[in-house]
Amino acid sequence: MSENVPKISMQGVKKAFGPKKVLDGLDLDVQQGESVVVIGGSGTGKSVMLKNILGLLTPDAGSIRVDGTEVVGMRWRDREPILRKFGMLFQNAALFDSLSVWQNVAFGLIEGQGMRRDEAHAIALEKLAAVGLGADVANLSPAELSGGMKKRVGLARAIATEPEILFFDEPTTGLDPIMGDVINDLIVACVKELGATALSITHDMASARKIADRVAMLHQGRIIWTGPAADIENCGNEYVDQFVNGRAEGPIQMEVRQP
Amino acid sequence: MHCVLPPFYPRLILRQIIEIGYYSLPVVGLTAIFTGMVLALQSYTGFARFNAEGAIANVVVLSITRELAPVLAGLMVAGRIGAAMAAEIGTMRVTEQIDALTTLSTNPFKYLIAPRILAGVLTLPCLVLIADIIGVMGGYIVSIHKLGFNPSVYLHRTWEFLQPLDVISGLVKASVFGFLIALMGCYHGYHSRGGAEGVGTATTNAVVSASILILAFNYVVTEIFFAGK
Repeated sequence: MSENVPKISMQGVKKAFGPKKVLDGLDLDVQQGESVVVIGGSGTGKSVMLKNILGLLTPDAGSIRVDGTEVVGMRWRDREPILRKFGMLFQNAALFDSLSVWQNVAFGLIEGQGMRRDEAHAIALEKLAAVGLGADVANLSPAELSGGMKKRVGLARAIATEPEILFFDEPTTGLDPIMGDVINDLIVACVKELGATALSITHDMASARKIADRVAMLHQGRIIWTGPAADIENCGNEYVDQFVNGRAEGPIQMEVRQP
Repeated sequence: MHCVLPPFYPRLILRQIIEIGYYSLPVVGLTAIFTGMVLALQSYTGFARFNAEGAIANVVVLSITRELAPVLAGLMVAGRIGAAMAAEIGTMRVTEQIDALTTLSTNPFKYLIAPRILAGVLTLPCLVLIADIIGVMGGYIVSIHKLGFNPSVYLHRTWEFLQPLDVISGLVKASVFGFLIALMGCYHGYHSRGGAEGVGTATTNAVVSASILILAFNYVVTEIFFAGK
């Protein structure tokens, strides 16, 4: 496949829930091996964007290509090989609470790829070690873990199948700043190790600065600015400026009714 | 469709069979025995007026196998299992575990729903067969020990009037009910929205819709088997 075909390409993606337009003509390309972070306020459709790419939601209009293959309207059977390319870390980790930690990590290997359980167990321990968790947590149930540990197990599960594309949905939300930074470091290390393409969404600027090669700002259903992570402080876009500096005053008006 | 095409998950089907079948045994057994007992007692007070006490054995065995065992077992299991399925799948939905299944290239219909529906269809007939036996036994106990019937005459009458079709129709009903219970539990769980409250609503809806459908389909299956006979 030629170098120029983006790993993920979204063009004119629209998605509305009832009268509420969440994505309104979103365009974004993610190149092979690049780490793109999409920033934007709560409820601007960041998660909806990821779910559209994965086929968990179907866009109302527009095109989404993964490695040049159109995925909108694909049937499950055709989608399966595409889904194998993805790994995702969910906002609240979304661990299967009926399974133990190692079974969670090995899930994609056992159920998705049909690997033998003892082989998958060994890989699961290896991946847990990669996120700094020892073999002693492998047999715990997810309910026994702290928030930071859950995130790390979720990360281990996302990288267990060595996917080409990694999605991170608010990886640091709900963690203390130190654990947040630990997760950021792990994400950077894992993405580098796998040589994966990464697409993250966050509203945590510390996280965005750390894991992004390129930052894109989502506002009112469109990407209004995109540029290298280093340029974000002086991008000249007043929307981005307001968001990065976290000011209530500016061109972005929050829908908060004044008392 | 997802029930008949691979991949299958035998381990998950087995777990659901144990959950639906084995753990429902006490509640189904108790329901059956008291139903059989009260049936014998009520028929006696009714039939004694016409000197037709001898028909109690027939009434008990026919009512239990054709109607009461499948319907009451179905309703009890709907409360136990339909609710549990809706709550479990609903929680998985609102905590994004179902989305996580998809990203791990596992089809949630095959992994979550097909094993439950298969287990429901396979397990309910076994439960109802056991309920048939226990229900008839309940009627026997009351007839012999309270109403003073002769045990061998009672058993003879029970056996004499029992047609294979009575039991078979009851087991077919049980299969249909098992399908409905699992389908409603999974459907409402899968489509639950909005956190804890959504899961609560899904659970209620699963039990109520499964119960209503059981009663409606009970009529439909009865009509198919016995209309015009």
